[in-house]
Amino acid sequence: MNIDLSRRGFMKLAGAGVAATSLGAMGFGEAEAAEAAHVRAFKLASTTEVRNTCTYCSVACGILIYSKGDVAAGEKAEIVHIEGDADHPTNRGTLCPKGAALKDTVHAQTRLTEPRIRRPGADRFESISWDEALDKIARALKDDRDTNMILQNDAGVTVNRWTTTGFLAASATTNETAWLTYKTVRAMGIVGFDNQARV
Amino acid sequence: MTNPWTDIKNTDLVIVMGGNAAEAHPCGFKWVTEAKAHRGAKLIVVDPRFTRTASVADYYAPIRPGSDIVFLMAAINWMIQNDKVQWEYVRNYTNAALIVKDEFGWQDGLFSGYDPEKRDYDKSSWDYVIGDDGFAAIDMTLENPRCVWNLLKDHVSRYTPELVEQVCGTPKDRFLKIVQMIGECSATDKAMTSMYALGWTQHSKGAQNIRGMAMLQLILGNIGVRGGGMNALRGHSNIQGLTDIGLMSNLIPGYLNIPTEKEADWTTYMSSRQFKPLRPGQTSYWQNYPKFMVSFMKSMWGSAATAENDWAYDWLPKLDVPAYDVLRMFELMNAGQITNYFCQGFNPILAFPNRGKVTAALSKLKLLVTMDPLETETAHFWENHGEYNDVDTASIQTEVIELPTTSFAEDDGSLVNSGRWLQWHWAAGTPPGQAQRDTWIMAQIFQRVRKLYQDEGGVLPEPILNLTWDYADPLDPTAEELAKEMNGRALADVYDLTDKTKLVAAQGKQLANFGQYRDDGSTMGGCWIFAGCWTEDGNIMARRDNSDPDDTGTYLNWSFSWPMNRRILYNRASADLEGKAWDPARKLIEWNGEKWEGYDVPDISPTAKPGDVGPFIMNQEGMSRLFTRGLMRDGPFPTHMEPFESPIPNVFNEKMVGNPVARVFVSDAEQFGTSDEFPFVATSYRLTEHFHYWTKHNRINAALQPEFFVEISPELAAEKGIAKGGTVRVWSKRGSITAKALVSRRLRPLQCGDKLVHVIGIPLHWGFMGAARKGFGPNSLTPFVGDANIETPEYKAFLVNIEPATTEAVS
Repeated sequence: MNIDLSRRGFMKLAGAGVAATSLGAMGFGEAEAAEAAHVRAFKLASTTEVRNTCTYCSVACGILIYSKGDVAAGEKAEIVHIEGDADHPTNRGTLCPKGAALKDTVHAQTRLTEPRIRRPGADRFESISWDEALDKIARALKDDRDTNMILQNDAGVTVNRWTTTGFLAASATTNETAWLTYKTVRAMGIVGFDNQARV
Repeated sequence: MTNPWTDIKNTDLVIVMGGNAAEAHPCGFKWVTEAKAHRGAKLIVVDPRFTRTASVADYYAPIRPGSDIVFLMAAINWMIQNDKVQWEYVRNYTNAALIVKDEFGWQDGLFSGYDPEKRDYDKSSWDYVIGDDGFAAIDMTLENPRCVWNLLKDHVSRYTPELVEQVCGTPKDRFLKIVQMIGECSATDKAMTSMYALGWTQHSKGAQNIRGMAMLQLILGNIGVRGGGMNALRGHSNIQGLTDIGLMSNLIPGYLNIPTEKEADWTTYMSSRQFKPLRPGQTSYWQNYPKFMVSFMKSMWGSAATAENDWAYDWLPKLDVPAYDVLRMFELMNAGQITNYFCQGFNPILAFPNRGKVTAALSKLKLLVTMDPLETETAHFWENHGEYNDVDTASIQTEVIELPTTSFAEDDGSLVNSGRWLQWHWAAGTPPGQAQRDTWIMAQIFQRVRKLYQDEGGVLPEPILNLTWDYADPLDPTAEELAKEMNGRALADVYDLTDKTKLVAAQGKQLANFGQYRDDGSTMGGCWIFAGCWTEDGNIMARRDNSDPDDTGTYLNWSFSWPMNRRILYNRASADLEGKAWDPARKLIEWNGEKWEGYDVPDISPTAKPGDVGPFIMNQEGMSRLFTRGLMRDGPFPTHMEPFESPIPNVFNEKMVGNPVARVFVSDAEQFGTSDEFPFVATSYRLTEHFHYWTKHNRINAALQPEFFVEISPELAAEKGIAKGGTVRVWSKRGSITAKALVSRRLRPLQCGDKLVHVIGIPLHWGFMGAARKGFGPNSLTPFVGDANIETPEYKAFLVNIEPATTEAVS
């Protein structure tokens, strides 16, 4: 078992091989080759296939995402198709009415594309750069932490808890995001920490 | 889930109660269809609504929302009265034979030790008699009147089929048919599986609902076997992972605990975590707690966590209350005591109860930061959307920063499904515009805060300055680096605990499993139960071998399943005292005379002799618990408690409101309604076309189910003069909504004693952002109170009133 070779990598190798050799190797003559040149290629033949998991419920159906471009190779990649993974033991290729429409969530008109800020009392968002937004957030965290960190309780016990800033974590982010979030939130001493499992 | 989705095909009987898998988990429910088609399995559904799961059931019974404990205790009573008990399993694998203190008892709906002032129990009587040898006293004959079995028998004796009809509104004949079907699964060659979800958790006694079914499954001998189990279907795609990694106020990854301020130092903290076996020779695996805890502290603070400074114990926050859960945080926020709040992929103004209170609370923040791929209602809570979000924008002084994140399709990493499989996935697309991964955002925020502390100093900088952050790019840690960190690695050479000359992991190597974790600082690991997910053999979560020898449904080489790649928890209990499978056709693991082997990773030490070591290795008794001692706040057995808002008083104690130990904030208690003013029961639910508040951003799903509605019975429609498809107003003590009326026979009035109870169904998928029409959700109406043990809000049973609306809803 070679677990470092992803299916994506494997398919790419196999696909390149087929494209280079099939016409000749399968014995097409010139007439057939001319005919084949007029047949439109399958749309998915020019896409990159990537394994993923449906983002919705915890059945965790396997999905295959097809993109124009290969994001792993550093290319710009546009997702053009999503379908169930027939090799997945749980869903065996099937998807529900939500999973079958996943592509339109990826490309939803209400996807966020830039950081924005709503000033106190304002009736709209305005654009803000990542740098400015992140600096503002870091400053707000430090100021509140320095002001409200409880170092000891009334009995003089070291408690080092910070109750005035809270963090609500997600439920569809990866374990890796969860772990980095955990480290950051806990190292700062935040106790108002929760996630979607509560509801 | 104790068992994976693919195991459901092995069952003989599925009971769906507290869930609606056909609509909420369609592709998992396929395995129920498989079991019905190829094994002749039967499906029972017990639900207030005749759901789509019910429509394919072999037998259906209605039940009043919030009365499940009565049904379940009556089922246990019927099993005992009719000798439908897997006796060898109950006697040896549960604590049925252990002796309980004389002081323990139950009266008028309450267990011994209740203090109405504190709204809490003194739980000291809820425990075993401990002998001079330090072990729990036992009577294997089950004759001692104080043994757990006899106490249980007495406890459930009051839950009769007649009481079920009176309290649950479930016709007696339907209840009796169902318990007869369930009773057949006490045979060793039959198994029942329980599939449940938020229909059981979202109650002020949700944990006790689940306990009730777990006890029934133990009495039938259905835990640890193929086709059996307690299967929490769960919600979002990584809700299991977020729970496993402990992103909660009081948790440390792998179900360890954040200390309380009563645990001032490491020694005190560890003193209550000795987990000495309560029966001779038992494993009591939590005795390894210090290894998991020290390895966690090393993963946080590396070389700054030493034996001398108690592994930097002071840097962990210490709690003064059980938890700063979201309900407590929004209570504090509403009182003006919270400055900054972060919502990472979370939409609290649609997700938390009493939306009016949630909106008022957010309006008192100084800064709200949202991180999401989509425009959420929470990020826009200050925007006026007419009746759908009627706020005074100018008066709201909260600053809101809305950060765009990648979606699942643009991110690498692993998710844990409800069957505990950690499955790796890869990014497929370029993120739109400036959207960034959550890991990038968290790293950026942390590094900037750290720099401020480096440059300016400040209060308690040490835990921030010393947090381990040895990523190749400190501003953009990769999923691979983080996964390896959670798995754990050797910080020094690690030797076998019994043979000190045998090297098990050289310094710097990834650990193979949590058996290699140490409490001397020589190992680190962020989440011990994930150990084995990324070893020296690579990314085990990315494995893709879907072979399944003998079609057991275990798929051992597909991805990684925590713990230890084990697919069915408690699988030792699938075999008898001699180590032979109870059912040869359902073999999982067996004792071959020297060790355990079979289709799954044994849930016991591979060389633990059968008969000596009990199958429930995490418990100090080595047995499962029909009686939970003091581990739950509201009782060692489930006892019937009404919802906080109920159409009828508690039959055992008419003065008792809701769960007598659930936390209730003063302002919320004033907002509970009574059945005089609010005569109808409401319950929330999901539709198969939508996923929470996400798919309304998707035009296809928005077109499939475009508009908010509430569901009522023809009888209620007639009583109130509501036309099919007409507009109605529904209101509770906390809020009012308008909706289209779906008049449907899927809901029927329930006769509970002399009271006819109408139930109103309220789906939860609408808001004021996205592609669907604007609408409301049940949280505009629901009470701000949670389960007594875990504070999950009571969404599934509350009181409302309804009338035809005089004007059409604005859209």
